[in-house]
Amino acid sequence: MTIELNGERIELTAGASVAEAVAHAGADLGRRGVAVAVDGEVVPRSAWHRTELSEGQRVEVVGAIQGG
Amino acid sequence: MEAALHASGTEIVTVALRRVDPAAQGSMVELIERLGLFALPNTAGCYTARDAVRAARLAREAFETDWVKLEVIGDDRTLLPDAVELLAATETLVDDGFTVLPYTNDDPVLARRLEDAGCAAVMPLGSPIGSGAGIRNPYNLRIIVEAATVPVILDAGIGTASDAALAMELGCDGVLLASSVSRAADPARMAAAMRGAVEAGYEARRAGRIPRRLHAAASTPDEGLPDLG
Repeated sequence: MTIELNGERIELTAGASVAEAVAHAGADLGRRGVAVAVDGEVVPRSAWHRTELSEGQRVEVVGAIQGG
Repeated sequence: MEAALHASGTEIVTVALRRVDPAAQGSMVELIERLGLFALPNTAGCYTARDAVRAARLAREAFETDWVKLEVIGDDRTLLPDAVELLAATETLVDDGFTVLPYTNDDPVLARRLEDAGCAAVMPLGSPIGSGAGIRNPYNLRIIVEAATVPVILDAGIGTASDAALAMELGCDGVLLASSVSRAADPARMAAAMRGAVEAGYEARRAGRIPRRLHAAASTPDEGLPDLG
């Protein structure tokens, strides 16, 4: 299936979890300071492994930078 | 960065959220944790209440804190706050259990409205973000301080140490600054200067300054002046 990960269209196996998308984005799963939104809604860290993605979803994986 | 954070004596560092960069991510959070500082997430880059609320919820998840520096910008040239969107986002986030610290205009009425909406502090600007133009309206800032029952943090506009000292002399409870240190020729040295300025301004405020007057007032009495004619 195709999803949009941080603005880029990528292929993941059908039924892939949010955790797989986080790893694909290059983020460390265990690290604090990383958060995920799927179609604009926050997915809690505790639900990353059990939340399945579906075709066409928009996934944002964010981390902290200096500034603001 | 580490030297500047250390020299500043700060306890809180505000951080923005952006898409993870596999090459660079992680270092900021690791540094903050290693130094034992509190990471205050912000909503920098948001232009609507809806986006700011979403960013705050993401930040809460990322940093496991209800605290958020709420920033809702009106346009990318001035980076001035959008008062209408800011107040709307504040109401939503306070209802949602957040501890909201809004970056706001130096507008006493808006500051009061934000406080009424349940903000934990108000953070008026001295001048536009990154401008280094200092405190352009000290009168408004005084009125905000006078009326506020929550802490007032000067957020944005500080260019050099005297600006930070002035903020504290005007009665602010703290300053939030970034560019004046990060873009200084010697950031660690400027951070040390800011620390000294904040401490000096804090003490001067509590010491009670003398009133300004037009003419001189001799510091020594005329009485007992020897006749040397």
